[in-house]
Amino acid sequence: MTYAPTPPTGGGCRTAPVLKERGQREVFCGLTGIIWLHRKMQDAFFLVVGSRTCAHLLQSAAGVMIFAEPRFATAILEEGDLAGLKDAQDELDAQVDRLLARRPDIKQLFLVGSCPSEVIKLDLAKAAERLSITHGPSVRVLNFSGSGIETTFTEGEDACLASMVPVLPETDARQLVVVGALPDVVEDQMLALLGGLGIDTVRCLPTRTAADELSVGPNTVFALTQPFLGETHAALLRRHARHLPAPFPYGEEGTTAWLATIAAEFGVDADTFAKVTDAPRARARAAVSQASEALRGKSVFFMPDSQMEIPLARFLARECGMQPIEVGQPYIHDALHGPDLDLLPAGPQISEGQDVDKQLDRARAARPDLTVCGLGLANPLEAEGLTTKWAIELVFTPVHFYEQAGDLAGLFSRPVRRRNMLGLEAAE
Amino acid sequence: MKLSVWTYEGPPHVGAMRVATGMKGLHYVLHAPQGDTYADLLFTMIERRNHRPPVSYTTFQARDLGADTAHLFKDACQDAVDRFKPQAIIVGASCTAELIQDDPAGLAETMGFDIPVIPLELPSYQRKENFGCDETFFQIVRHLAKPMERTARVTCNLIGPTGLGFRHRDDIEELTGLLSDMGIDVNVCAPMGATPADIARMGAAHFNVLMYPETAESAARWMERELDQPYTKIVPIGAGATRDFIAEVAAITGKSALIDESRLRQPWYAASVDSTYLTGKRVFLFGDGTHVKAAARIARDEMGFEVCGMGCFNREMARDIRKTAKDYGVEALITDDYLEVEEAIERLQPEMILGTQMERHIGKRLGIPCAVISAPVHVQDFPARYSPQMGFEGANVIFDTWVHPLVMGLEEHLLHMFREDFEFHDDAGASHHGGQAKPRVVEGDQSPTPAASPLEFSDQKNADDNVIWLDDAERELKKIPFFVRGKARRNTENFATERGLAEISVDTLYEAKAHFAR
Ligand code: SF4
Ligand code: SF4
Repeated sequence: MTYAPTPPTGGGCRTAPVLKERGQREVFCGLTGIIWLHRKMQDAFFLVVGSRTCAHLLQSAAGVMIFAEPRFATAILEEGDLAGLKDAQDELDAQVDRLLARRPDIKQLFLVGSCPSEVIKLDLAKAAERLSITHGPSVRVLNFSGSGIETTFTEGEDACLASMVPVLPETDARQLVVVGALPDVVEDQMLALLGGLGIDTVRCLPTRTAADELSVGPNTVFALTQPFLGETHAALLRRHARHLPAPFPYGEEGTTAWLATIAAEFGVDADTFAKVTDAPRARARAAVSQASEALRGKSVFFMPDSQMEIPLARFLARECGMQPIEVGQPYIHDALHGPDLDLLPAGPQISEGQDVDKQLDRARAARPDLTVCGLGLANPLEAEGLTTKWAIELVFTPVHFYEQAGDLAGLFSRPVRRRNMLGLEAAE
Repeated sequence: MKLSVWTYEGPPHVGAMRVATGMKGLHYVLHAPQGDTYADLLFTMIERRNHRPPVSYTTFQARDLGADTAHLFKDACQDAVDRFKPQAIIVGASCTAELIQDDPAGLAETMGFDIPVIPLELPSYQRKENFGCDETFFQIVRHLAKPMERTARVTCNLIGPTGLGFRHRDDIEELTGLLSDMGIDVNVCAPMGATPADIARMGAAHFNVLMYPETAESAARWMERELDQPYTKIVPIGAGATRDFIAEVAAITGKSALIDESRLRQPWYAASVDSTYLTGKRVFLFGDGTHVKAAARIARDEMGFEVCGMGCFNREMARDIRKTAKDYGVEALITDDYLEVEEAIERLQPEMILGTQMERHIGKRLGIPCAVISAPVHVQDFPARYSPQMGFEGANVIFDTWVHPLVMGLEEHLLHMFREDFEFHDDAGASHHGGQAKPRVVEGDQSPTPAASPLEFSDQKNADDNVIWLDDAERELKKIPFFVRGKARRNTENFATERGLAEISVDTLYEAKAHFAR
């Protein structure tokens, strides 16, 4: 045994009763994932087949418009396309032809389904198959759903990665696949840590470009870096790969536990493990303790949003000294979230799904010191005197592994410190 | 199917949200999937609103389809009425709900609420955001406003301002003051700030001030017909238009058009010698029809610019803009495809763009200064300070805004005199912009085929050009400050082409300069 985190003395949250809510949700749909995925996969293009709403969502979520010509676009369905389905397939072919002629740098094209394309049953799998034949092998065409009737916010990334798994070549090689789109710099840090442990056959999903090799098979084990990859998890199991369940690598403790799970699988001895992790662990601990000063003893309330809520609550509770009041997450998957629930000290209400007005009532009643929520809710809650951290920043900012542990604590402490600094009551 | 990267307008239900969010005491029940709740952030983040928009979304999911989405809708209506106690509700569908045909209007009507239920039919696959505003406001007015006795004093309604509107907040204040100077009170301002009860008393006003035809023209026409209220046709953006607007209001009301203009500084600022350098600057205009039309007049008649192109993204205003463009001797560009706009700007090489946030980005890419004159809005379009576009203060604000991106008058001369000096090198830009004004390389995307940096662009030869620049001439061209270099290149090439010259020498360059001297 190289390392195991200490379970909470009063027990964890894995068996705690879950408040299941079904009401109005206040959360993005899976299309949002395109904003970070297109930056990660430099030769991929994401073509949403949807409505003006979908185009507008992408633009609004991108916020500060990342101008230049982005590698995503929306094929907006018009009245004519809704009339006959055959036409829509032809139209799509024409749009793709034009797009690929204009952008010869594109090597992977994702056709992304939306609510309208799903409601009219526009078969994008068929379209992807057909277009792969027309444009292959230089361009690979895949499809996934980012629709709001099927996916919640970060589940778009999950659907995208899951769509890639069935077409991966088969291998018998013993290897580790790390799953989840991480910024390149963070991915490199992780590879360096694993390399230090002597684990060299490491591949990442997604790969940075289509040409990078990745295959999968019965001797593959995989670790997830993001808690929202349930479909990808299932797709990899179908390819007979084996999951290494672990807490997610947020914070010093999460990172160490995540690495230890992999180290145990690959038979890394305790000395090597200590040699590789001791220094960055100490650094991370120091950074977190400094960045979390403003958070100690404060309460935190999570609205369900990024699907990262449970592991983040574990980090804030155990490493930053916060008291979670409610931890809401869009979906809870025991296989993925169990290890973090085990470590999250008992106490908070765990909730799944949402009924936004009721949940806001609970938040107002609890008056938490910090509320983690979506962008639509942040300013209204601030105006009511509640301090907020908007969740989308957690997926846009590098937060994983040791060197980002301090930054992660900083994301939460900044709004708290800011409220303390501002001397004037806001008049609005 | 139409490929779209960035859009100038959202879907029509976002227009309905802008109306609902501008108002008070009204609630919008929207049949829509969860992802459509993104629209809340437009109001809470871009406009920094301190309340959630008054919208309940049904957020149906795939598993509800076929089963019972209608029930979800009715529950959402009931919850909204119970929780928010609105004076009236508007009900409708987003693009997805339109396809599942639950008929929100019919469902809501059967529920027996004792408040008005106003159904909206917004065709998501044909129309866009501005239509959504206009139609929603029209339906609200049509359902609630009634003919009634006029107020004793001369009053008007201000109509058109909405949530998320370009400077609507400050335009209301400016016009209210201007009208008050004329002895006219505002009866109701709507949608912004009005409750359904206020809408019901709009009939008491003597006339309507149509601030933004984009969002309230249908309502204005209806009230003219049904409530016998004339409405103003002139949008008071710019000094000249403001004076004309005052005359128009005077003609409607019989009030005097003589009002104190001492706050209006723009005409003198434009006439003062430091502004001489603005003469004949070639500007390209793009935005919503109303703001573009107003900006064209300001640009030519009040700033002394040359309008080299104009267009709008809202087809509803296409006729108007085509006609205006004709008066200005240019071709109108009616499109909602920003790539077409970019192409037009590249071709015309204006010295300044007066556009939207989209054109600001295009300008950044091409190294052309840009001032923003119209929606779609950005967080920057909601400044903390008072910053109207309408009325006298609006004219002052516009003067400052348009001059700001340009290199200042005296400075332009200095750049000519000291162009070899290190401080005034080509990339320096206006000194009051700090490092920011340096022509930028494409930000964000690291696409393998990066777009031309601004300098590459202005120095680039047109691919289809047969004229060759000799090395000497090319070097001489580089000595010309960057902000006029594009024009110099274009003029010289035109000059050479007209004369059938195959090559451009230093002499050709200076002959062309003499030819085009003004
Ligand atoms: S929820 Fe559906 S319709 Fe709305 S933006 Fe997302 S995919 Fe498009
Ligand atoms: S740029 Fe600087 S020096 Fe030039 S006019 Fe503006 S403030 Fe004066």
